[in-house]
Amino acid sequence: MARRITNRRKVVISLIAWSIALALFFPILWTFLTSFKTEGDAVATPPQFLFFHWTTENYIEVQARSDYFLHFFNSVVIAVGSTLIGLAIAIPAAWAMAFAPTKRTKDILMWMLSTKMMPPVGALIPIYLIFRNMGLLDSRWGLVGVLTLINLPIIVWMLYTYFKEIPGEILEAARMDGASLMKEIVYVLTPMAVPGIASTLLLNIILAWNEAFWTLNLSTSEAAPLTTFIASYSSPEGLFYAKLSAASTMAIAPILILGWFSQKQLVRGLTFGAVK
Amino acid sequence: MGSITIRNVSKTFGEAKVIPNIDLEINDGEFVVFVGPSGCGKSTLLRLIAGLEDVSGGQILIDGKDVTEAAPAERGLAMVFQSYALYPHMSVRNNIAFPLKMANMDQALINKKVEGAAKVLNLTDYLDRRPGQLSGGQRQRVAIGRAIVREPSAFLFDEPLSNLDAALRGTMRLEISDLHYQLKTTMVYVTHDQIEAMTMADKIVVLNRGNIEQVGSPLELYKSPRNLFVAGFIGSPRMNLIEGDYARSKNAKTVGIRPEHLLPSKQSGLWRGTVTVAEHLGADTFLHANVDGLGPITARVDGEFGVKHGETVYLTPDESKLHRFDDKGLALGPALTGA
Ligand SMILES: Nc1ncnc2c1ncn2[C@@H]1O[C@H](COP(=O)(O)OP(=O)(O)O)[C@@H](O)[C@H]1O
Ligand SMILES: [Mg+2]
Repeated sequence: MARRITNRRKVVISLIAWSIALALFFPILWTFLTSFKTEGDAVATPPQFLFFHWTTENYIEVQARSDYFLHFFNSVVIAVGSTLIGLAIAIPAAWAMAFAPTKRTKDILMWMLSTKMMPPVGALIPIYLIFRNMGLLDSRWGLVGVLTLINLPIIVWMLYTYFKEIPGEILEAARMDGASLMKEIVYVLTPMAVPGIASTLLLNIILAWNEAFWTLNLSTSEAAPLTTFIASYSSPEGLFYAKLSAASTMAIAPILILGWFSQKQLVRGLTFGAVK
Repeated sequence: MGSITIRNVSKTFGEAKVIPNIDLEINDGEFVVFVGPSGCGKSTLLRLIAGLEDVSGGQILIDGKDVTEAAPAERGLAMVFQSYALYPHMSVRNNIAFPLKMANMDQALINKKVEGAAKVLNLTDYLDRRPGQLSGGQRQRVAIGRAIVREPSAFLFDEPLSNLDAALRGTMRLEISDLHYQLKTTMVYVTHDQIEAMTMADKIVVLNRGNIEQVGSPLELYKSPRNLFVAGFIGSPRMNLIEGDYARSKNAKTVGIRPEHLLPSKQSGLWRGTVTVAEHLGADTFLHANVDGLGPITARVDGEFGVKHGETVYLTPDESKLHRFDDKGLALGPALTGA
């Protein structure tokens, strides 16, 4: 007998799903609402949900005190730059491992992944010293470099799983059909690989955009991306929840919008090519 | 032109010797079928001919020219893969046109050829679809279309029908045979299905563990299998192989009798057995019986033979059709009646 999904079951499952979704989304919603409160309303007990005095002064003040657009620009340079350099290194690497594997390929992949298992703070002091001695502290190029290295294992892994999915027989068919290596790459390989590369690019931009550990530790002002910009509101002159929320909202808005418009690619990316 | 010569070819993958040593001659215009159980090296041999694998030793000649070191494209062969291997991002039209584009053919000529092939293969209405929007049979026809527009000197097929359902397989078998009749181009066809081999081939090459067991026309293999392996592999239902006293009485280690060479009777006969399963197909009947002293025996009877499970049946072999094999499994020549 086929499994029957009763109405009651559907309702229960829907309720659970919605509760989890709301619980996950709630902090973002709260941040968003708080950014429109006065500092007084922001810390009021009991917390004010919708009925408070709505104001945009936090946004005006945040922009006046620290240059949002400088940090936004830094974030873009660091996220996009590290992703593009990472792809340039990872595409040939993943390619070679997917299409010309050797006995050691699996070990190399595992080794790459294992670097992500070490807590980053373990490498902080040496990297900080290297940065200081090379004059890379608070420089965009320094951050681009370190984020490229941090995310490289993930980029290689994602691309590897995508390239693995391209059936070898199709490439052989192209070879039989008289395609030179160059034509095989242009007409057959690239069109089949592009969706995977695009997903990897998007996901990695988001990861790099949100990366906080290295950016916080290696930048202060000139090269600081939006993560540092947010953090600057959580310490100096005590806590200003409303302004902190306004800064956070401004920092995550661009990436949320990017994510929204590229949902389809992203889902493919996050499932690592499991669904076709 | 498309004659293929395989001379002392061997192939090893790492430690595994998949093809120890093969010599084979394929004549121009022939339909040759490589048949054998799964994993016996049929695909490997085909891919060696195609140039998709490098030989470990030996030579491959096409039309007398040594192509052992030549790239796949330089060999002038077209291949149809088991998975069809269509380009998923291209329309049917562009899939079929791809080899012609790679040859830098004039666009007007390409269009003419693609449309010609589409017409032959009943694909005209589907030219603008993607492979993903086609049925299995249609995809197979696109793969064949992509092969025929090139006018290759020989076609290579690797189990092209194994992903299709039984009815479609029957139809496509006829279509490919018909195509061979029209084009008269050499075809090398790999299958594990001996029915495909029997129905399509001019020449069957029976492979087992990377060795050629026998080469011959379908009827030669059916009438005089060189050894036990071929005897058991060719023919459906399989030949009955009998050892023991009966075989010794024929001066052999093993004797074989095809199911269609057993005369059944409900009253009397040489062997007495009990029916285990009777398959009534209408046009003929397959009787699976447990024969006293011999074990399970299958008989094939023309038309309907009305017995049921558990009933007694008598079977008499036509001894002029017996196959005899020695203790190495090699055929001993025609049975000597009364020996
Ligand atoms: N690329 C390869 N690497 C290692 N072993 C292989 C490779 N290709 C085939 N083989 C082995 O060679 C044998 C024959 O394979 P194949 O030619 O595909 O058999 P068939 O097509 O008759 O089923 C199998 O045992 C298979 O495991
Ligand atoms: Mg095979």
